[in-house]
Amino acid sequence: MFRSKAFSLLKLIPLMPGQSDLAYKLIHPAIASHGHRCHRRSVDYRQGYKTCPSSAEGRTINAPQTKVMAEEELPGVLILDIGGTHGVLENLAPLLKKHFCLITMKEFLENKKEMSKKIQSVFVFECRPTVDRELLESLPNLKVIGNSGVGVDHLDLKMISSFGIKVTNTPHAVADSTADIGMALMLASARRLVEGCQIAVSPDTKYFAVDWLGVEVTRATLGIIGMGSIGYKVAQRARAFDMRILYHNRNRRRKEEEEAVGAHYCEKMEDLLQQSDFVMLVVNLTPETHKLIGKKELGLMKPTATFINISRGAVIDQDALVEALQNKVIRAAALDVTYPEPLPRDHPLLKLNNIIITPHIGTATVQAIRMMAEEAIANMLSVLNGQPIPSEVLPK
Amino acid sequence: WPGSGAGGGAGPVRLAGMEGQELPYVLIDCIGGRYGVYEDHAEFMEKYFHLITMKEYLENKKFLSKKIRAIYMWYHKPVINEELLQSLPNLKIVASSGVGIDHLDLNLLSSYGVKVSNTPFVVSTDTADLGMALMLASSRRLVEGYQLAVSPDTEYFPADWLGTEVSGATLGIVGMGTIGYKVAERAKAFEMKILYHNRNQRNKEEESAIGAIYCKKIDDLLQQSDFVLLSVNLTPQTHKLIGKRELALMKPTATLINISRGLVVDQDALVEALQNKVIKAAALDVTYPEPLPRDHPLLKLKNVIITPHIGSATKKTRRLMMENMMESIQAGLTGLPIPNEVLL
Repeated sequence: MFRSKAFSLLKLIPLMPGQSDLAYKLIHPAIASHGHRCHRRSVDYRQGYKTCPSSAEGRTINAPQTKVMAEEELPGVLILDIGGTHGVLENLAPLLKKHFCLITMKEFLENKKEMSKKIQSVFVFECRPTVDRELLESLPNLKVIGNSGVGVDHLDLKMISSFGIKVTNTPHAVADSTADIGMALMLASARRLVEGCQIAVSPDTKYFAVDWLGVEVTRATLGIIGMGSIGYKVAQRARAFDMRILYHNRNRRRKEEEEAVGAHYCEKMEDLLQQSDFVMLVVNLTPETHKLIGKKELGLMKPTATFINISRGAVIDQDALVEALQNKVIRAAALDVTYPEPLPRDHPLLKLNNIIITPHIGTATVQAIRMMAEEAIANMLSVLNGQPIPSEVLPK
Repeated sequence: WPGSGAGGGAGPVRLAGMEGQELPYVLIDCIGGRYGVYEDHAEFMEKYFHLITMKEYLENKKFLSKKIRAIYMWYHKPVINEELLQSLPNLKIVASSGVGIDHLDLNLLSSYGVKVSNTPFVVSTDTADLGMALMLASSRRLVEGYQLAVSPDTEYFPADWLGTEVSGATLGIVGMGTIGYKVAERAKAFEMKILYHNRNQRNKEEESAIGAIYCKKIDDLLQQSDFVLLSVNLTPQTHKLIGKRELALMKPTATLINISRGLVVDQDALVEALQNKVIKAAALDVTYPEPLPRDHPLLKLKNVIITPHIGSATKKTRRLMMENMMESIQAGLTGLPIPNEVLL
């Protein structure tokens, strides 16, 4: 593990523009600072929680968490499964078991009457279990849906809210690893890394041709669409490659933030599209960003440009992308996300040779998966303990 | 002045116009094809030089041998041996593409009074970029992931398919020259802890600019690094610098990245280390030879990525290389100080 596991309870931090207006945020120091930059607050998480009257539903826990609670007394959390193809990873189960009584869908369905009352939270891992109206109606004591990951486009926020249930996500745990994948895809695409590997190992390769070339990343222009936490971390990394950074965002960032990464704001997305050598999508999926990039936008890009998507497949018009790549309207694309995932095996995107696709691995690291679980747990507990919620997602 | 603008570091290239003079005769291997000078480059060069291909030279040795005053060596071709040097009495300079000069016999060339130049700075950012690309691709299993995403057998993406973080990890750079330093600058933005080993320690400002910690003993670097990146040049001292002992000192969770030369690593020892999981993985832009024989064990290992020596393989950089080489040739032929001269 590259990061310590010390857990800080409360930390006053400056708010980033666009984040919800909470005075305090629970920040896991492992998320906030990494590697050798170690200023740890070593507050043990097992301090007693303070009840907070500002919490909406006023639920309180009287007993401090230092008391070892019998498993049955712990609040129940519903998960799809432990292990298997879509279940919560086995090494995460102990983390959950420290604070919750773990109930799988199978156990719930086999004993609905008893289990339904126990379940106070649902831990959604890789979009499962599916949270629909039927499920919510059968869980009278459900208080919170804790999502592992930052994207919540698979959750019907309005519907969930109508039941008085809160939704939380994990914006801090995902940021570094997703920014890293964005950079990895940009570099791999520009330098034709996947093709290169195929040539290096192909049984037909007899020589390496000297006129086999990619395009430069250093000093190229990167246009970031969506400058949230992840987009900003991409900018920080790209700056070290001497890239010229343009960005488009609902709101402009503060001057200091812009200057720290040398980013220029493009109020009009068209300006960014026309000037960028690499266009990277880092927005969340909402009705406003659905098919944000279509034929028109691709047509505005340079024919030498590369399109990178680390947000959600539905943010782009996939058919328009296929056409643009086939007709060399743009040079190439690199996608960590598609719609659906995986794509049907006969999809045209799979046949193009100017595209790299990865299987939605933006947060697929040993470290990130663990941090996401920890952040989700902290969020779920804050709801159950009636405390300020670090990362609540509110319906519009 | 048709030279292009500022490129990889050495300043704008200026090429002398050749009005009213006979263009100098420069020997090249060939134009186009798998090894040749690029056709668009040749078109540009022919404004300044008479380009003579090896074929043309061999067909008309008597006349051309006295005329040729420079050799433009593009990707190690044409091969320069004593026989060639003896038959080119007016040869003044060999301009070699790229930064590596391990393929040249510098002593031999010097004995004939022939100067040598390379292109050390213009390749540095592309090579550093590729080092980062290999580290990220290896750590996040990008090539495997791509294969999974496009395979006809894929029905779903498994939840337990994981790579490891680059951000926050420890990078050990062996060889902190121009390229190594640029790797460090990039890695710093990923909040990596940076260790380095070099013949000489860099000065304090250079170290603190990137937060790099000097390891006088390579062992210390090897034992602490999650990624070990080789960016030394190939010399008798660095030949097989990384062998069985060094690989064993590395963490079993560590990855070796080589962007220097294949011979800096004991390749057989590397195969063994990878097979026995002494280290986790390797990512190599360079091997020995290139390409590897098609039955080489490195091609069969799952925990290796190999790229076909593409450290400087971008259009812009190759163009700048050509312009720098031309500048060196012109300086060499007019007796001026030679930019990027390689001294013994």
